[in-house]
Amino acid sequence: MKGEVWVYAESTERVLHEVSLEILSKGREIADSLGGSLSAVLVGRDLMDVAKELVSFGTDQVYWLEPPDSNFYPGVHVVEALTELVKEHDPDILLLGATSVGAELAPKLAARLKTGLSAHCNDLKIDEQGHLLQVVPAFGGGVLATIVCPEKRPQMATISPGVMKIRRNESRNGKILRREMPLNGKSRVKVLDSVKEERMEVSLEKAEIVIAGGWGVGNKENWQMLEDLAKLLGGAVGATRPPVDEGWAREYQMIGQSGKTVRPTLYMGFGISGMMHHMVGIQDSEFIIAVNTDPEAEIFKMCDFGVVGDLKEILPCLIQEIKKGRSEREGF
Amino acid sequence: MRIIVCVKPVPDPRHWNRMSLHPTLKVLVREGIPNVVNPLDRHALEEALRIRERYGGEVMILSMAPLFSLSILREALAMGADRAVLLSDKAFAGSDTLATSHILSEAVKRIGPFDLILCGNQTIDGWTGHVGPQLSEFLGIEGISFVKMIEGFHFEEDGTAKAIVRKKTEGGYVRIEARLPLLLSVVKEINTPRYVTFSGILEAERKEIQVMSASDLRIDPSQVGLAGSPTKMADLFMPEVKRRREVVQEKPEMASKLIFEKIRQRGLI
Ligand SMILES: Cc1cc2nc3c(=O)[nH]c(=O)nc-3n(C[C@H](O)[C@H](O)[C@H](O)COP(=O)(O)OP(=O)(O)OC[C@H]3O[C@@H](n4cnc5c(N)ncnc54)[C@H](O)[C@@H]3O)c2cc1C
Ligand SMILES: Cc1cc2nc3c(=O)[nH]c(=O)nc-3n(C[C@H](O)[C@H](O)[C@H](O)COP(=O)(O)OP(=O)(O)OC[C@H]3O[C@@H](n4cnc5c(N)ncnc54)[C@H](O)[C@@H]3O)c2cc1C
Repeated sequence: MKGEVWVYAESTERVLHEVSLEILSKGREIADSLGGSLSAVLVGRDLMDVAKELVSFGTDQVYWLEPPDSNFYPGVHVVEALTELVKEHDPDILLLGATSVGAELAPKLAARLKTGLSAHCNDLKIDEQGHLLQVVPAFGGGVLATIVCPEKRPQMATISPGVMKIRRNESRNGKILRREMPLNGKSRVKVLDSVKEERMEVSLEKAEIVIAGGWGVGNKENWQMLEDLAKLLGGAVGATRPPVDEGWAREYQMIGQSGKTVRPTLYMGFGISGMMHHMVGIQDSEFIIAVNTDPEAEIFKMCDFGVVGDLKEILPCLIQEIKKGRSEREGF
Repeated sequence: MRIIVCVKPVPDPRHWNRMSLHPTLKVLVREGIPNVVNPLDRHALEEALRIRERYGGEVMILSMAPLFSLSILREALAMGADRAVLLSDKAFAGSDTLATSHILSEAVKRIGPFDLILCGNQTIDGWTGHVGPQLSEFLGIEGISFVKMIEGFHFEEDGTAKAIVRKKTEGGYVRIEARLPLLLSVVKEINTPRYVTFSGILEAERKEIQVMSASDLRIDPSQVGLAGSPTKMADLFMPEVKRRREVVQEKPEMASKLIFEKIRQRGLI
């Protein structure tokens, strides 16, 4: 039905994922502009608290599918159950997070429903006819395309984590509609266990200041200066691909097309050329500072403040300057 | 084991800076930009070759692409695949991921029984990551994306088999046991693809590439191409850069002072 917006809400250990809240915020906006309603779809066991949280976040309906077992894989059975639910209620729009779960589930569901799907959207708008305009990056973000799905319903999209702003809404009189989800006996896929791998101290996506280094940093010793600067400013350290390949930085620190998306108040890039693959991950930063020896470096066309110079000389000076400035201000 | 590896030719990323947007037609001008095998598809192929080395069997390349892509398929054959099937037809042009997956699934059904289909997790051009999961759905099998390791296979007495794989997640990974036939979409951590050798290139010349059209696949043209694609591209544009672009060249001391000022102005010190 026109204006019915659905969001697939993901949770782990009964905690809603941030990206789901981000999409719900956008979903609310779209539903309001179409004069429709916002629903969340929840799949999992014992999720009453999560369902209530969704209602208090501003969701009109929560469709909760509860399987008999908590350790299920979101494969064919979930696709079937969701297909049935969608066919019953005929939503206009269905949004999922572009996560390890959503990015796999969404295309399967779209194939079942024979409808269109766009991927990793970083913007959603409604046109005059009420169609959903889905802005997707391609070619590593060097190109953006606006995708529409004029005929088939629902219009489906996955949304990149970190690109929509969370806006809390008035709690509503939302309904929670629970339904059993049969797993049809022998599933062909079974989750054996999930393994957590190390996390970093300040999460890159949440940091207000991101200090990033590129190939130009040159070696592990110079890299340490970035760590020092980040520590001094309470920021997180990010990287382009080459430092990760060289082992100066870790995989989870990589920013860009194949890594994280950050949107800090301040991003500082040292020895980074400005390839689109990296820049797509930082383009929503509020202020971008770049330091590079090459005055022709691409990053200078995409920054707010650029310094042509050698990071090996600038970093120690800057660290001194900040220490000095801080002690002056604090009156030591 | 019979393994199908899905391969998409894509414009070589080393030449992307030469690509431009046609000002009125709103299409990408790719003139003179060579194509290569999509990087993750090389990882998929490498994994298939390793499985064949261990368990025996056959590795087949499947690609939907224009006819000029034959040379890209030769490259995949030179890495060690046994044969290739190229799906090529004017009717396929403009297919979105749903139509593409539908075409690939019809070809798989004609190629015959398989144990495993391996895909890249996503391409570097369209970059949706849809085709693997949608293909599995069209074939009625399970599909797992973000696969960073295949731990191994268990063969049961009744002739069935299971794979144990690791799927990358936001905080780590999950270990999954799944019955064959199965589709896996792989990420780059899974392996390091081998280089093509000279003898590989020579051997590839003798390998078979079967070309199939829409009518060979008995595909209804209204189900594929632009007509069969629920998504349409309404616009194509370059990201707008709205930055101040103030660039200075100063001695380190002065440069540091200026940077410090910028940080302070934003209330971060
Ligand atoms: C700018 C732009 C934006 C686009 N946005 C969308 C969109 O939002 N929604 C949409 O439905 N389509 C979209 N498309 C179209 C889409 O790129 C094509 O449908 C394409 O055929 C497959 O999608 P992909 O490149 O994203 O592949 P992916 O789904 O990322 O590919 C994953 C894997 O599937 C296999 N595979 C993919 N294509 C083939 C093939 N032709 N032959 C053999 N194996 C293959 C490979 O193993 C590959 O690694 C877009 C295209 C462009 C140029
Ligand atoms: C499919 C694909 C996906 C990719 N995904 C990503 C991704 O997610 N993230 C990512 O970052 N990359 C990614 N890449 C790689 C990307 O294309 C670039 O290679 C990479 O971003 C370049 O990193 P860089 O700027 O650090 O290195 P370079 O391009 O080598 O630039 C180094 C810069 O340092 C400068 N420099 C050198 N010495 C100094 C000095 N002493 N002081 C100051 N400046 C100095 C140089 O002038 C130069 O501009 C991807 C590539 C592909 C093909």
